[in-house]
Amino acid sequence: MPVGTVPTTPQEQRRAAMALCAEAKPEELRAALDAVAYRGAVETLRPAETGLVMARARIGGDGSPFNLGEATVTRAAVRIASGEAGFAWHLGRDAARAEAAALLDALWQVPTLRPTVEAVLVPVAQRLEAEAAREARHTAATRVEFFTMVRGEG
Amino acid sequence: MYVAVKGGEAAIANAHRLLAHVRRGDPAVPELGLEQIAEQLALAVDRVMTEGSLYDRELAALALKQARGDLVEAVFLLRACRTTLPRFGHSAPLDTGRMAVRRRISATYKDLPGGQVLGPTFDYTHRLLDFTLAAGLPPPPPAEAPAEPDAPMPRVTDLLADESLIEPSPPEQPGAPVGDLTREPVSYPTGRDTRLQALARGDEGFVLALGYSTQRGYGRTHPFVGEIRAGAVMLEFVPEELGFPVPLGRIALTECQMVTQFKGSGERPPQFTRGYGLAFGGCERKAMAMALVDRSLRARELGEEATAPAQDEEFVLAHCDSLQATGFVEHLKLPHHVDFQAELELVRRLRAEHAARQAATPPMLQEAAE
Amino acid sequence: MALAAAALAPGFRDPVPDAQGTFRAVMEALARPGSLQRLATLPAVPEPLPPELAAIALALADHEAPLWLDVRLAAAPAVVDWLRFHSGAPVVADPASAAFALIADPAACPPLEAFARGTPDYPDRSATLVLAVAELTTAHGLILEGPGIRGRALLGAAPLPNDFAQRLERNRAGFPLGVDHLLVASGRVAGLPRTTRILGVA
Repeated sequence: MPVGTVPTTPQEQRRAAMALCAEAKPEELRAALDAVAYRGAVETLRPAETGLVMARARIGGDGSPFNLGEATVTRAAVRIASGEAGFAWHLGRDAARAEAAALLDALWQVPTLRPTVEAVLVPVAQRLEAEAAREARHTAATRVEFFTMVRGEG
Repeated sequence: MYVAVKGGEAAIANAHRLLAHVRRGDPAVPELGLEQIAEQLALAVDRVMTEGSLYDRELAALALKQARGDLVEAVFLLRACRTTLPRFGHSAPLDTGRMAVRRRISATYKDLPGGQVLGPTFDYTHRLLDFTLAAGLPPPPPAEAPAEPDAPMPRVTDLLADESLIEPSPPEQPGAPVGDLTREPVSYPTGRDTRLQALARGDEGFVLALGYSTQRGYGRTHPFVGEIRAGAVMLEFVPEELGFPVPLGRIALTECQMVTQFKGSGERPPQFTRGYGLAFGGCERKAMAMALVDRSLRARELGEEATAPAQDEEFVLAHCDSLQATGFVEHLKLPHHVDFQAELELVRRLRAEHAARQAATPPMLQEAAE
Repeated sequence: MALAAAALAPGFRDPVPDAQGTFRAVMEALARPGSLQRLATLPAVPEPLPPELAAIALALADHEAPLWLDVRLAAAPAVVDWLRFHSGAPVVADPASAAFALIADPAACPPLEAFARGTPDYPDRSATLVLAVAELTTAHGLILEGPGIRGRALLGAAPLPNDFAQRLERNRAGFPLGVDHLLVASGRVAGLPRTTRILGVA
């Protein structure tokens, strides 16, 4: 989802939270979970596992797909006492991070907890936005301004 | 001929211990951390990820450290690692049109929507060794300029497509299988999907040399860089249990669109044609070379005469993989003692026969024969 | 299609060793037709999925190895969801596109011609039929001969289609094309690869 797009549907909102978890640092996810302070039971539906996802791209950027290469991905699935199942699929090999994110995904689905989960992820969003803005400012400073040399009498 | 030979176990074990010792080098010099490699030798890491066909900066950095900086050996390690992991599936196709762009240039248009941004490039540097780096001095902070958030950056090829001056990309056929040479052995002729996968994994030096050969006249094309863009793109995956695309995280990519003139054929009007290159990280040279070779391998499809090596897909695909190439070349180091013994016998016999013939021939005839 | 995640049960307790153990049992079963191999760990399953079928599906099916379920299993959404979640395999409606067919009602097993039999270039692109039977024995039954069998072996299973022996003979006649069978019951698995000949019933 492009930066700055406001998610509207519940699925888009859930995807937005998942995207933040996917880009959060391990310590940020731990802090977020601590802040939610969920004390209920957590059942492991599928233990965290690292595998591969084949990254597909498109010929010409917008054409038919081809297989570019694989990426390591770690997934986890948990269920909380109230029945919600949470999932995480992340680049990389950090099992603890995926388990924390899966729990946050389950908690996000509990209507009474959703505002809390979204609130504890705000610092992650702020960090990512600040980094993106700083990078955009650095990049913008390398923008080429062409000068057309006037030839002849004009 | 291969014959199992036993022996040398102690020598091998000790050689590996010695390798570990030499890899570490002088213990008075601080040891390299993986973060240092990933941060400060980022383009080596990118190349190992691209050719190792595995996006994982930490593993690529470890492979580089273990390989003592030998890129082909590091690619080997990464490829071996990926075989130990299950594949969960394939991603939704990456949308490079929605890249968070760090670099974007075009050689075909001076002014284009979104503009040209150089980003962190070696271009226009003087290639003079910088001794401030040797001294370990901190660099000045980067310059900053106001940035337009979410300024659209249409693809340059879209600008040409608006006037039908360039061929469209091949349209997606829903449900059509996507070639995967890690699953199915390549059979010729193959599709552009499989060719691009092979080139993306291919050795940068080999693909670069082939691209260069097309510029020098072996399969002549006259390419322009329509656009190079580099930056980060969100990778998305649709898990069976969720049924909607889940964002996995961002990966860094470099994309090159080469634009080549095409005189037209019976069916096709004169227009520009495309070559496409895409690589993990900042492998810009690789993406450019890949785009050149992608275009040259389309010779038959476009009704061009295919005479040059870079237009021969079997030659290119069968030889572009550094792992396959190094495996076959380096296997020559393995014991071929029995093989060679047979060759020795043969040469001795031929020499004896040759000498016997010489001895049997009268000297006069020998002279006449000379 | 999203799954009814709330209803999901866990799969293998320890996925890697459990799947490896199951793989090993299946491999031994196919290598030694007429032998019974123990499936050491069975997952807790949603009804009416037999746990032996579940173990084999978790060990062998994945996103590139689709599953076909017989009518009894396909009618249970909890079974379909559980298999998709834990194996990552698509559940297909057309038996011809399945790598593995899970059959809980073996007497009603469709004719073998409904399944993929491979191609002359790739005979391995064929289906493996996994039948959950009520009883499985090596004391009596079909008389087997062929690779992996010293002399002859016996394998009895019930219930099975009435023409099961004839089906296997037709299957064997098409070698190297054909399907392979796994029969499971009570935590045991037996293999009937396409190479096995049926000499009669004892």
